[in-house]
Amino acid sequence: MNMAFHASMGQRIIKRTDVKTTFLVSRHKKLSAKLAPFGGWLMPIQYKGIIAEHNWTRNSCSLFDICHMGEFMIYGNPDENNLGTVISTNLKSMGCGMCRYGFLLNEAGGIVDDLIIYKLKIDQWMMVVNAATISADLKYLQTYLSPEAKLENISSATAKLDLQGPLSREVLQDLVGNDINKLKYYTFGYFSLADEKIMISRTGYTGELGYELYISAEKAGLVWDILLADKRVEPAGLGARDTLRLEMAYPLYGQDIDFFHTPEESDLLKFVDFDKDFIGKSSLLKKHHSGVKQSLCCFKVKSRRIPRHNYKIYKDSVEIGVVTSGSFSPSLLCGIGMGYINKEDNKIGQRLLIKQENMEIEAIIIDKPFYKKGSIKN
Amino acid sequence: MKIPEDCLFTKEHEWVKIKGGQATVGITDHAQSELGDITFVELPQIDYVCQQFQQFATLESVKAASDVYAPVSGKISAVNNKLQNAPELVNQDAFGKGWFVVIELADQKESANLLSAADYEKYLKETVE
Repeated sequence: MNMAFHASMGQRIIKRTDVKTTFLVSRHKKLSAKLAPFGGWLMPIQYKGIIAEHNWTRNSCSLFDICHMGEFMIYGNPDENNLGTVISTNLKSMGCGMCRYGFLLNEAGGIVDDLIIYKLKIDQWMMVVNAATISADLKYLQTYLSPEAKLENISSATAKLDLQGPLSREVLQDLVGNDINKLKYYTFGYFSLADEKIMISRTGYTGELGYELYISAEKAGLVWDILLADKRVEPAGLGARDTLRLEMAYPLYGQDIDFFHTPEESDLLKFVDFDKDFIGKSSLLKKHHSGVKQSLCCFKVKSRRIPRHNYKIYKDSVEIGVVTSGSFSPSLLCGIGMGYINKEDNKIGQRLLIKQENMEIEAIIIDKPFYKKGSIKN
Repeated sequence: MKIPEDCLFTKEHEWVKIKGGQATVGITDHAQSELGDITFVELPQIDYVCQQFQQFATLESVKAASDVYAPVSGKISAVNNKLQNAPELVNQDAFGKGWFVVIELADQKESANLLSAADYEKYLKETVE
């Protein structure tokens, strides 16, 4: 058999010698994880197996090493330093202790990155960004933030662990106390763990009740060990993170969303606030009025076949688009995927044919998310 | 990593167990471990005639889609239909419940083109880091 055929996990593979490792790499090796480069980092793709880890997250609680992602601290009032026009979402309506999903857009309205912005104080904000885009984001922020803004890249001093799953609240409650129950979706607080005040937000990328923990680099290993000592918690890799996020139709930057597509084309306009001024606004409005041509659709495959990145999408015998993300859905037991197609064809119930070489996969457009039983808002 | 003594192997990580004129075929423990969770296996119909080292089956794992090659030539006499709804059997038991097909051996001499368990083990050590 040819094992390198149509590999989809390797799209971002770069030379092994160039990759960075997280604070936890020795622990991953001890757990016999399969490690592979992702976004410039050598990351655990799986421990026991992607499907087992996926199901454990849906039913219990999983711990993910997400230390590769970037964190920036921005000091200053957003009204005075342009932060409000740099981020697509409304910052004015955010109280301290709230966080929000949004984008950095270029002048043409394309997505430079997707992010979560945290309001720590009126004049102190934290931005969490993708690993592969850290340096591009910094350059962008240096260009568009006013000189008064103080920008600090704290990525290398900050560890990020995601604890995700229906049991994650109970697990954290036993470790940090009852106050964790007060954290509402997309809010954060500070909790004592491992003799440190760590920031925990109720956010995630799985569709389950879950938390993201921001810890000092020195304490990353200790917190990892404390969480894994709980029998309800198992480690999960980026493989399961990918199938979990895809079942929720959450986009992955560089794959489903990028420089060349606007939030309207990506069906993510609800994270753009047109009541304010922001970079790319005039282009987005212009494109909206002239009519966008492409749009991101979600489709379910009739079989267990997997529609993979870059497979072509056909309607009848006409090519109408391309797959951006695809996988086997462990919850639905069939192939699922997303891709850009002609906007007029993006209708629920539309039948599609996904093609690659002599392979043909039947699929149907459905409403997102694919998986609707997640514990995310519990 | 299991490598049964009573099987022969290809460099493409298929195994074959020949008994009388019947050859049971699958992929090796090493192959399933490299592929990760196997989610789909497409097998030919009974009576399909395969050629040694030519594709006869397709499988998908979360990681990749792969072609599977026949270790020997001959007509398919049995197909493991359980793999249709339980492809994870290949991960759980690559040399047992995860078998793919049985081929009626067309030419006994073809086994000379295959690796013994010891040779396959050596081949794995040489090629896998």
